[in-house]
Amino acid sequence: MSEFSVVGKRLPKVNVWGHLTGTARYADDIQLPRMLYGRLLRSPHAHARIKRIDASRALAHDGVVAVCTGADMPERMGIMPSTQDEYALAVDKVRYIGDPVAAVAAVDEDTAYDALSLIDVEYEPLEPILTIEEALTREDVRIHEDSGRPANVFKDVHLEFGDVEGGFQTAHKVYDNWYFFEGTTHAPMETHSAVASYDGDGKLTLWTSTQVPHYLHRELEKVLGIPRSRIRVIATPNGGGFGGKSDPFSHEFAACLLSMRTKRPVKFTLDREEVFYAHRGRHPVLMHLRTGVSADGDITAVHFQSYLDGGAYASYGIATTYYTGALMTVTYKLPAYKFDGVRVYTNKPACGPKRGHGTTQPRFAFECQLDQIAEDLGLDPIAYRERILQPANSRTVNGLRITSMGLGQCLEEVKRSTRFPEKHGQLPRGKGIGVAGSAYISGAGLPIYWNEMPHSGASVKVDRGGGVTVYCGTSEIGQGSDNVLAVVAAEQLGVLTEDVHVVSGDTSLAPVDLGSYSSRVTFMAGNAVRQAAGRLRTLVVEAAAAKLGVPADRIALAQRRVYDLADPAKGMTFAEAAVLAESKNGTLVSVGSYKPPKDISGDYKGSGVGPTAAYSYQAAVAEVSVDLETGIVTVERITEAHDCGRALNPPAVEGQIEGAAYMGYGEAIAEEQVFRGGLHKKPSLLEYKLPTSMDTPEMKAIIVETIDPEGPFGAKEAGEGPLNPVIPAIANAVYDAIGVRFDETPITPAKVLDALQKNRSRVGPEGLSSQRDPKAAMRRLHATTDAREKKKVMS
Amino acid sequence: MLRLPRFRMEIPRSADEAARVLRELGAGTQDPGVSGMPGMKVLMVAGGTDVYPNMKRRQLAPEVLVSLRRALSRDVRADGPASGATIGAGATLSSVSAHPVVRSRYAALAMAAGLVSTPQLRNMGTIGGNVCLDTRCNWYDESGFWRTAEGFCMKTHPSVVCRVATSSPRCLAVASADTVPALLALGATVTVRSAQGERTVDLGELYREDGIRYLTIRRDEIVTEVALPPAEGWRSTYLKLRDRGSFDFPIVGLAAAVRMDGARVADARVALTAVASRPILVDAAAKALRGSRLDDAAIEAAAEAAFKAARPMDNTSGTIAQRKRTVSVFATRALRELRDN
Repeated sequence: MSEFSVVGKRLPKVNVWGHLTGTARYADDIQLPRMLYGRLLRSPHAHARIKRIDASRALAHDGVVAVCTGADMPERMGIMPSTQDEYALAVDKVRYIGDPVAAVAAVDEDTAYDALSLIDVEYEPLEPILTIEEALTREDVRIHEDSGRPANVFKDVHLEFGDVEGGFQTAHKVYDNWYFFEGTTHAPMETHSAVASYDGDGKLTLWTSTQVPHYLHRELEKVLGIPRSRIRVIATPNGGGFGGKSDPFSHEFAACLLSMRTKRPVKFTLDREEVFYAHRGRHPVLMHLRTGVSADGDITAVHFQSYLDGGAYASYGIATTYYTGALMTVTYKLPAYKFDGVRVYTNKPACGPKRGHGTTQPRFAFECQLDQIAEDLGLDPIAYRERILQPANSRTVNGLRITSMGLGQCLEEVKRSTRFPEKHGQLPRGKGIGVAGSAYISGAGLPIYWNEMPHSGASVKVDRGGGVTVYCGTSEIGQGSDNVLAVVAAEQLGVLTEDVHVVSGDTSLAPVDLGSYSSRVTFMAGNAVRQAAGRLRTLVVEAAAAKLGVPADRIALAQRRVYDLADPAKGMTFAEAAVLAESKNGTLVSVGSYKPPKDISGDYKGSGVGPTAAYSYQAAVAEVSVDLETGIVTVERITEAHDCGRALNPPAVEGQIEGAAYMGYGEAIAEEQVFRGGLHKKPSLLEYKLPTSMDTPEMKAIIVETIDPEGPFGAKEAGEGPLNPVIPAIANAVYDAIGVRFDETPITPAKVLDALQKNRSRVGPEGLSSQRDPKAAMRRLHATTDAREKKKVMS
Repeated sequence: MLRLPRFRMEIPRSADEAARVLRELGAGTQDPGVSGMPGMKVLMVAGGTDVYPNMKRRQLAPEVLVSLRRALSRDVRADGPASGATIGAGATLSSVSAHPVVRSRYAALAMAAGLVSTPQLRNMGTIGGNVCLDTRCNWYDESGFWRTAEGFCMKTHPSVVCRVATSSPRCLAVASADTVPALLALGATVTVRSAQGERTVDLGELYREDGIRYLTIRRDEIVTEVALPPAEGWRSTYLKLRDRGSFDFPIVGLAAAVRMDGARVADARVALTAVASRPILVDAAAKALRGSRLDDAAIEAAAEAAFKAARPMDNTSGTIAQRKRTVSVFATRALRELRDN
């Protein structure tokens, strides 16, 4: 029998009813008296100077109550304090098609929509920068004039650990490949929505679908110029986030300002196309990976270069850049490692964090190259990976502390489940099987703004009827964070999750938690709640022990009972014990907090991105069949094992593994956030090819438990890591099927067909293209304009 | 979400009344080639699964919508195998694909209707609406904001270039109805009703190789019925290329039908959609098959003919090379399936 009464049990999620039936109150469900409806005017230019904005015609329009522009909120903002380069609404310049320029509040949505066309904006179009190569070299066109770096470079980082040169010199063979990972977006089911209400007492409340209420709270204070003490941010249940709701957004500021101006509530709900422009999704990354290996396959050195196409603004880009390099070291033994990362600005919607943040792209490159190395060595790719594993309880060459490490078990599980060695390299042409491993963090080791305070705080209250309430600033984005907190509190106090109420995502009611990003909630908020509930547990145990006349260490709590372990019939209900404890100690409220330990990283500039208290590990096997005549790749099955430390709620962990695998599948096979002349080519769910339920493969999720020494009850993250191995596993399976290495994503039927017809053995980039004709973009622009004008004259 | 533009709706109770309303509104004088699609003031709507999203994106902005929901029959009528079948234009795609007679005698149509978009849209969308489906293009099926940023295209603003090929004298938007190649392969005709009366049109005559004026009938003529000839001896099938297993419009649609006389092909039809501005009945493919034993050589010749007939442009998902190649693969697969089953 398990030592736990709630942890590890297959119980339904605490908020499942609302999520399944739609009764959960999302931001757009909120209706307030006298509420106005807002809408953003967006730039139709990829790059232009704003010469003049005149909103007078819109203001005069019947039903329009207020209009605001960038001039009303001139304070710079952005999620990372060190790289703030955004404005709530564009000031002076627009930098991508869809960049918000002005906002309208009107009595209804139709009026707000109509009023947009009455705002006159005069632009001076500038040449757009659209590729990584242009961004690196065009000194003459600067997207951010004051970036302080050459051309359109946002950030470049250079790190070196161990004897890299020596490692390459002693290598038996050096593998040298270029890879490209296409940009993708999150596409959450719920489009972003926010309702702001500014009351007569000078207090502002913002209900919004955000993953980061605390960080948003800080930015609202800065931009709106009112003290944070008068602002309350309530993160409503998010209908999916995946990283896409982790930045402060224009519509949130606009809702607040327009509510302050009108003294009426204002709601903004983005339409689907706007979500594609708000973006903050996966960076397109061009990668150069050199790996030296000894004759028996040991890695002697790795040099990894990444070029990130960041889009128009910083977002989390500084972290993303580091993340493309940092986690390469935590899976396999690397004695020497060099990393050069460059992120550039381009005139496209800003990229940011998407599930797997910055680690997904290099993982694709690394695992594809390992497949090639194993093949050359004549080794089974699983056996090869098992041979070079980074050990548990170790330090990586870049100083990262590793504790529990279950990649070996994960590989073993997927091998056993799929009978991989019997299939790999032995299936008929058109059928293939591939494997990959990966890792992820259980929460970033550092907050995004420097401070010594906890990353997560929680308070727990026990009421006189035995009910438990957990208060924590986490944001429920459908991942089940409320449930995790309920499980931890219920286990500590010996009640059931249905006895626990979770109040999350409210900056006024709950202690600060940094937010639902970087897969930090289970580990950090879980530990904070565990501590808070543990303190109440002690009081309850002491009170019950005194009453029962037994030593405190003989008292157990489970199933709403507090009892003597030696004589379980002797005891009382939890509610009775709580009354005793409150009578003795006063009101039963406690607090807990969590901060990652200090010594988990090296000591060098840039060491702040990558460390975490515990890494999760995962391995995936994909089985595919390729239609040799049409190029259609069908992923028949994905088998994935994930080391989550301990599964607090196994169905929730399996759900995360499956959801992440499906998301990875979509990125491997079809999804691409691509542009033509700065204009998004497919900003709709019809043309952006998110997989449907008809496409997604059969899925087997396997939980591996390594019982992490620092995680709450041994738990680690489950939300992001499982995405990472799926994409290279599919690419490796396609290679096994048709002998074509796909060193770029997505692996579309058109590319497969093209490779087969031309007998190619590889599809992928050749490197940074030699500097393209710098004036090409402008000429293209002029060509279509000229043709249009000519046509007009003719007709 | 995107909002519908303001419009007025007429809901006539019969086809006669609908025809009268359309005449009174002057629908027949409209020419999208002159006004552009958003310039048409009067439009018909049946299931609305295509019209309403297009209105939300301001590709269409009618002042009056004439709803045909009450005016059109939804019946599928078929007597013995020796007679044909008629399908009321208001029949939903779900009901057509599920109808036992359609399934047993007109397999290509049942398959095509069952492959349109999603179950929800098939429950609303009608066969008449699918037959009259607006042509599609990556530069056209976009929001008003997107098209403003792009600078518009010929289909909405006839004075502007075609974005697909700026030198093209005509709009290159793509015929995208799944049921049409199936109906063409099955030899369908349609009944067209207007205030001037009723006429029968071969389905192939309904379309024109022009992304704007893609229909040959006037905009006050209502497609009221689809008629299929007797199916005795015919076997048919439909293959669709799309990116996903649901939701997507075809980027290649191929229907094939053959009638065997003993071991020989007495008659055959191969039809394509999504590879030109109009659906294509590939006569050369039929010719290659007629009189053959449906042997590999004949099938290869027919596939080659279909390949040649397909003229996809770079204005849908997928690539030109992929779509052209898939036409010939599908032709081969469809004809082999008809031979072997």
